[in-house]
Amino acid sequence: MTWLRTHVFSTDHKVIGKQYISLAFFSVALGIMLSLIMRFHLIRPDAKIGWFALLWPTGATGGIMTPELYLSLMTIHGTLMVFFVLTTAPQGGFGNYFLPLQIGAPDMAFPVLNMLSFWTTFLALLTLLAAFFVEGGAPLGGWTAYPPLSALGQIAGPGQGLGMDCWIVSIALFSIASLMGAINFITTVLDMRTQGMDLMRMPLTCWGWFITAIISLLAFGVLLAAGLLLLMDRNLGTSFFLPAGLVVSDQLQNHSGGSPILWQHLFWFFGHPEVYIAILPGMGIVSTVLSVFSRKPIFGYKAMVFAMFAIALLGFLVWGHHMFISGMSPYSAMTFSVLTLAVGVPSAIKTFNWLGTIWGGDLHFTPAMLFALGFVSVFVSGGLTGLFLGQPAIDLYFHDTYFVVGHFHMIMGVAAIFAMFSAMYYWFPKMHGRMMNAPLGHVHFYLTFLGVYAIFIPMHFLGIMGAPRRYSDFKELEFLADAGVLQKFTTHSAYFTAAVQLIFFGNYFYAKRRGPAAEVNPWRATTLEWQPSSRPEVHRGPDVYSLPGAREDFVMQQDKK
Amino acid sequence: MTHVHTQSKQLGMWLFLISDTLTFSTFLVCYAYARLANPNWPTPFEFSPGVLTAMLMTLILLTSSLTMVFAVQSMRDGERPVATRWLAATILCGIAFIVLHATEWRHLWQIEKVATSGNPWGVPLFGATFFALTGLHMLHVAGGVIYLSVIAIAVARGKFSTEDVETSGLYWHFVDLVWMFIFPLVYLMSVKA
Repeated sequence: MTWLRTHVFSTDHKVIGKQYISLAFFSVALGIMLSLIMRFHLIRPDAKIGWFALLWPTGATGGIMTPELYLSLMTIHGTLMVFFVLTTAPQGGFGNYFLPLQIGAPDMAFPVLNMLSFWTTFLALLTLLAAFFVEGGAPLGGWTAYPPLSALGQIAGPGQGLGMDCWIVSIALFSIASLMGAINFITTVLDMRTQGMDLMRMPLTCWGWFITAIISLLAFGVLLAAGLLLLMDRNLGTSFFLPAGLVVSDQLQNHSGGSPILWQHLFWFFGHPEVYIAILPGMGIVSTVLSVFSRKPIFGYKAMVFAMFAIALLGFLVWGHHMFISGMSPYSAMTFSVLTLAVGVPSAIKTFNWLGTIWGGDLHFTPAMLFALGFVSVFVSGGLTGLFLGQPAIDLYFHDTYFVVGHFHMIMGVAAIFAMFSAMYYWFPKMHGRMMNAPLGHVHFYLTFLGVYAIFIPMHFLGIMGAPRRYSDFKELEFLADAGVLQKFTTHSAYFTAAVQLIFFGNYFYAKRRGPAAEVNPWRATTLEWQPSSRPEVHRGPDVYSLPGAREDFVMQQDKK
Repeated sequence: MTHVHTQSKQLGMWLFLISDTLTFSTFLVCYAYARLANPNWPTPFEFSPGVLTAMLMTLILLTSSLTMVFAVQSMRDGERPVATRWLAATILCGIAFIVLHATEWRHLWQIEKVATSGNPWGVPLFGATFFALTGLHMLHVAGGVIYLSVIAIAVARGKFSTEDVETSGLYWHFVDLVWMFIFPLVYLMSVKA
């Protein structure tokens, strides 16, 4: 019983943080495997693979993958990665573990709610994976689940039956869990800070988690409502997202009065802020790591905080840029476009401040630092292609091509993952009391850095050539006859990059058991988590480095002098 | 396990209510969209019994907010037995609301033949939005009745503080407030001309 209380149903924020990270590890491993199967299929669509038939007897009869199976793999890949990796690990994982420590709180404000939040997320993951095993298999609609096909049931495709219901219930559960987490994070930051820890003395990591929680609080309620309405369309015969006169599988559907565009509005009102839910914690982590390993205070602390708020606010005003080709009025498109490009301003403020932080610093190239620098690199690369997609005229051409796939994997996927690698290398000594192997970390970084560019830059060119996303097979598209070599290159880069991650996992699991013992404050950082003391009083902001006359080149936040 | 500040509970409740506002707003936006997209939107509610029942329900909910205020005030004055009685009155109002609402639903369902999937007036979204909005609200009232019952039993046994009752009051007033949007938008705007 005590074992259950301390390790499974624990209310300790550190245990819950680790549980979230384990959940994200599992999800990311599964997500990567699904993407490798998809990449394999793209270059060898006719291959007969025995174990495909074993795993998916109907989706891959005789071992040849059907387009439907490809789509369901893609759907689960996207859902796992966006929700169960990019949303859980940075916030629920690292945030849970380190937010209370960094603000000098004994725990989160509502420990039981915190535990419930994790287990609801866990239940959501099980429900999602159940979709693979129900009749018809996993849904086909991608992580956006656009109606009308998602609102009709089995008639719209094998996975659109019970599998789609599993998907919606999973996402609704996930929304509830995220709302519980958001309430907890905001309350903790506002109510539980130790004496002297003014808001403007919090490390930028805490600002990242705090603002992410605010976004979650406002966004997930909308997704939950949209999910409920979609469930009603499917199971109670309502027509929220279904217009009249719809013919699917040669049958006239008995619905009228609704609109699939309504779902797009609701989904992207959540979906765009979701992008910032994934990236803002990473921005906080990168700010801290760059500052520590440059031995310099963060450049423009206040500007960083306000830039995060600006990004959060603008994030709620730009959802229409996902819908430029949905037939919206050009005036609306113009407005959304201007607001979208305006996100570039706070993003640029952050980027220049990161450069300002490392400028003239005493740089220590630890693995955590390398991944933080890598984050800035992919954030810029992915951000610049966003400028193309944010303009309706250019988006008309790029929409639903591999250009979009390359763009969002770069800025949302890889950037956030780099921030998490950085966080893992940085906080590993605190979480496990041991050190990860640094040379292996270097190898991991350089190979991964090369690998991700090798995967996603060619995708941009594929997109410019006109390759549509979500196609399982390009054989019939003659204009893409020359693109085969790019596809092959991308696929082999993906194999390579996935294999490189084994270095990380090996390093991680070895160091967890056998790594050399870590000092209390191995990176000589200033924030509270590195000096365990119960509720210390805080006397200054988070980054006082390279201080003339100080005993060392830094001063802890709780030190008087 | 650490001690939870009571102010934190209230802050947490406020935050939950903000997110819940977004959920209800989404439903209301869909309702607004549905009305605009279907120009032949039916307006079937007779003054009696439809609107009259809804007005009675509104009155009951408003009364329950008042009894809730008295419950909180009695807790502040340290009079737990009185607070328990006011809480019980609030719970009874909640139950009365649900019962009236259920008869209203039954009337629409069985006599007017309004279902979630369609109705005699040929605008299926009328029933869909009606049942979705009032259903979500009724779910909140039912949840509130359970929540207040837990609070009332604890208060009667001398447990829980004034702040806990205040926190439950926040929730109850919010549910009341949501109805103040639903009543005019769903009922009064659809009165038979």
